[in-house]
Amino acid sequence: MKAAVVLIPVLPLVSFMVTLLLGKRYFGEKSHYLPVASVAVSWLLCMFLLVQVERGQTLDWNAYSWIAVGGFQVDIGFLVDELAAVMLLVVSTVGLMVHVYSIGYMHGDQGYYRFFAYLNLFMFSMFMLVLANNYLLLYVFWEAVGLCSFLLISFWFPKLSASAAGTKAFLVNRVGDFGFSLGVMLIFITFGTLSYAGVFDSETAVGGGMMTAICLLLFTGAVGKSAQFPLHVWLPDAMEGPTPVSSLIHAATMVNAGVYMVARSSPLFAESETAMLVVAITGGFTAIFAASIGLVQNDIKKVLAYSTVSQLGYMFLALGVGAWAAGMFHLVSHGFFKGLLFLCSGSVIHALSGEQDMRRMGGLKSKTKITYWTFIIGALAISGAPGFAGFFSKDSILAGVFHEGYYLLWAVGIVTAFLTAFYMFRLIFMTFHGEPRTDPEVFAHAHESPPSMTAPLIILAVPSALIGLILGLPPEDGHIDNLLHHVFAGVLPAEGGHGFGAVSALLMALSATIGLGGIFAAWQFYIKRPQLPEMVKARTGAMYYILYNKYWVDEIYAAVIVNPVKWFSGVLWRFVDDAGIDGFVNGAARFFRGVGKALRPTQSGRLQAYLFTMFIGALALLAAWVLLQTGQG
Amino acid sequence: MHGFEEQIGFPVLTAITFLPSLGALAMLFFRGRPRAYKSIALGASGATLALSLVMLAAFEKGYAGMQFIEKVSWIERLGVSYHMGIDGISLLLILLTALLSVIIIPASWNYVKEKKELAFFASFLFLETGMLGVFAARDLFLFYIFWEIMLIPMYFIIGVWGGPRRIYAAVKFFLFTLAGSLLMLLAIVAIAYAARSNSFAPPVFDMDLLERETFGFQLQMLAFAAFFVAFAVKVPMWPLHTWLPDAHVEAPTAGSVILAGVLLKVGGYGILRFCLPLFPDAAVEYAPWILVLSLIAILYGALVSLVQKDLKKLVAYSSVSHMGFVTAGIFAMNLVGIEGAVLVMLSHGLLTGALFLMVGFLYERLHTREIAVMGGLASPFPVMAAFMLFFVLASLGLPGLSGFVGEFLSLLGLFTYNKALGAIGAAGIIFAAAYLLWMYMRVMFTGTRDEKWYQLPDFNLREIGSLTPLAVFAVWMGVYPNTFLEYIEPSSNRLVEQMAPYLNDGGSTVSRLFSMLGGF
Repeated sequence: MKAAVVLIPVLPLVSFMVTLLLGKRYFGEKSHYLPVASVAVSWLLCMFLLVQVERGQTLDWNAYSWIAVGGFQVDIGFLVDELAAVMLLVVSTVGLMVHVYSIGYMHGDQGYYRFFAYLNLFMFSMFMLVLANNYLLLYVFWEAVGLCSFLLISFWFPKLSASAAGTKAFLVNRVGDFGFSLGVMLIFITFGTLSYAGVFDSETAVGGGMMTAICLLLFTGAVGKSAQFPLHVWLPDAMEGPTPVSSLIHAATMVNAGVYMVARSSPLFAESETAMLVVAITGGFTAIFAASIGLVQNDIKKVLAYSTVSQLGYMFLALGVGAWAAGMFHLVSHGFFKGLLFLCSGSVIHALSGEQDMRRMGGLKSKTKITYWTFIIGALAISGAPGFAGFFSKDSILAGVFHEGYYLLWAVGIVTAFLTAFYMFRLIFMTFHGEPRTDPEVFAHAHESPPSMTAPLIILAVPSALIGLILGLPPEDGHIDNLLHHVFAGVLPAEGGHGFGAVSALLMALSATIGLGGIFAAWQFYIKRPQLPEMVKARTGAMYYILYNKYWVDEIYAAVIVNPVKWFSGVLWRFVDDAGIDGFVNGAARFFRGVGKALRPTQSGRLQAYLFTMFIGALALLAAWVLLQTGQG
Repeated sequence: MHGFEEQIGFPVLTAITFLPSLGALAMLFFRGRPRAYKSIALGASGATLALSLVMLAAFEKGYAGMQFIEKVSWIERLGVSYHMGIDGISLLLILLTALLSVIIIPASWNYVKEKKELAFFASFLFLETGMLGVFAARDLFLFYIFWEIMLIPMYFIIGVWGGPRRIYAAVKFFLFTLAGSLLMLLAIVAIAYAARSNSFAPPVFDMDLLERETFGFQLQMLAFAAFFVAFAVKVPMWPLHTWLPDAHVEAPTAGSVILAGVLLKVGGYGILRFCLPLFPDAAVEYAPWILVLSLIAILYGALVSLVQKDLKKLVAYSSVSHMGFVTAGIFAMNLVGIEGAVLVMLSHGLLTGALFLMVGFLYERLHTREIAVMGGLASPFPVMAAFMLFFVLASLGLPGLSGFVGEFLSLLGLFTYNKALGAIGAAGIIFAAAYLLWMYMRVMFTGTRDEKWYQLPDFNLREIGSLTPLAVFAVWMGVYPNTFLEYIEPSSNRLVEQMAPYLNDGGSTVSRLFSMLGGF
């Protein structure tokens, strides 16, 4: 087991180094062989670990001492338990599919080898993030996946928007990491250790205020990485990266890290009601906030990006109300179907020679059959159509929120579910149905993607359709609940779940209706009566305008934070440094030069003058001495 | 006893310290044969590095006291002795100095006209003697001599081989440093006389004896301030930093590398070696104020870096910010903070050295350092872009590379001292990412401005060769910092134990005030 744990991250790491150093010169078009193979082996090993964990085998192992300073001891250590195994399932599966998909998608790109090298580096970092057994190591790879995200968003760096988006992603995440790092320090000061086991089993009595502080600081990091309001602004911009990257990093894996971290820290969060409430409210608000923006976006990837922000909000909502397993369940199903949706959108973009604006799409259904049908499966899954993955996971979240008594948040969740179904099928209808609005020449060339791209779509469509049935039946007592029960046992109420009763059945029926209602509404708007959107736009002028401009969050940040900081920095440089301190220094120099000039006549060379001065000086000294003596006497 | 006789058999510290100067003198015999200068410079500094590695091998790791001690009475009437000795911290700084001194020589291969090469390389070799001596001296008088020896060659390096405003920059550097040094000289004399056993005894300059002395509170406060100003100018601490951007911008690349890589560390080293053990009461009393200045330096340096238009000036200001972590870690006065501070010094020496080298290599190609005219350089110079990304990431504290461990430890130390101060310091990591990545984006990413750049060569082997060792150490220090911490820990531990009695009385009134403000 230890060998598997080490190999899972190390294989992609080795592949990264080899590909980056040798890829350009020696591998060229074949640069993907090693990266894909390494991830495939890692995937197999992850499956092996999953099986082991299913059998009840877990591992907490310190491999070597990383930093040792007096009492501050941090190890490079691995933890394999149910939570890690579930994460590995998503990370390795979507990771492998994205690697395969990229063979076709990135074909012919100048930086082909570089792309696969970065993907490998990401896989290494993400595996390590999941496998880490202490907070500092988690933080380390938290930053490392952020680096990969930066590298891959700005992959097409000559494009200003791409490099700006990469930089923005890194910086916004750094704001979250600022909180995270303080949280880590506070944990160390409070518990004297950073290992999960040490912290969670600690006997140290911790005050409620301190626990809240720790949790909120950790959560700040999660808000950044998982793109929750108000730090969500980097994720939509991150769509500048190649689409496989959006699928892997910005939908299925890295952005889940925040959810994972909060779930991992459940023993801490459960101690602080305030922190839990903050998590729930942030999640609920972000869910509906981002979904509302997604309603009116025209860029196919931006719709999916806001959708991701919104779905991550659902997960935090679940964690915040204590529906831990439901949150993780949604993470898994979302990982599969959102990964799929992004890959599908990439296939569409590929078919249309790079077009991303849905206003210039339409009618693609017949041209790209596989993409269309897999896209439909993904869309049904996210919309919560009965039987599909999202149906079970979203329902278990909403049921959890309802049963815990957060009725307002539950209502928010229900409305968001409706919006989700609506914008998803708006996307489907605008892209695949109706008359082609594409440039006829481009449309004529539109074609289905090569097998290396369609195969991953088909493979990912399977869990998108079925994983809910596999993991989520019977509701609230499915396989995933049982599996994760070991992890969350300490923070769940002792009397067990609320059981699946009549209320639950009603809730389930309601959320199914809501999802189908959203799909129906989209059908009305974009197929049946295409004049409707314009009418609604005209009626709700201001509202549409606000949504279309994404509530101006970016503009507000620029005006309130970015520009003032630049201005203030300029003031520090020009006025404090140059005029202030240097002004003083140069002024002092000028003063002494002036004094020197004024005294120059005294250096006249006339002996009498010197003697006279000496005489005066001696007299002055004598006078001073006499005065001091009398003073003392 | 850890005399050199038992440990290695010959006075290794003297050998290391004066070997570079011998090389400089040897050049005189080869006057008129310019090709020999480079070889001699490389040979002398290379031999120094080799000898320091030999010393490293003979070093006893777990021992907290001084090693390879050499002690010869020198000016008996004044109580001055030639007393050298090092602990783990000095050892690492000596290795850093020796490494950088080798690297800069190939890096400035084509920098000066051949007939001036003698003076140029000789200056660097004399400078190396000064720096090594500072890290090894155990007698304040001797220390001061080495301290001043550093000043003169650096003055010439900036003033003779610098850029267009070199005279202004050199004089400014000289005056700032000299003002600090003179204050320190006064304080040295004052404590040397105060430590006498009776008024007929000679003054005491020996550190071993002085460390055992407890000076009166007022003397401590004054002497600490004098020492501290001298070191703070070097570090440089806000607001004594304004000589630094000018000196860096005007200095030749090799000068900048040494300036940032080693001379700034002399400041941090001095504080650690002299200010804390000699004047513990004063250190505790001043600590809160110095911490505030450190935080100002961290944030101020970062913000001012953000808006720099000259690439070299940006890196220069970033030093102000990074060195803030050093003083912050030291004056947190706990083990984690102090070890973090030393690690930051080492890491900053490597990384900023590398960044200045890169700025120099870039300048040799584009003949400008103006960020605004650059852009898209990653396309013509992919290898350069990869190296720069590496050093930028290491410098902004990416975990796994050297910057992170030191900064995290010194912040953790500061956070342990006071949570509010720690939190403010941690904000520095946001701004560090901001100015470095934004710079990188504008220099390397976005469209290429000038098609002519495609005709310029990417890094050659000489350039890759001078950066690679620094990169290797940056990874090593990030992935397995224990290698370095093992050398730092014993003497840091001893220092913390020395300081402990002075901390336990609850600290100064000011620090009590801070803990009231910051505790939650």
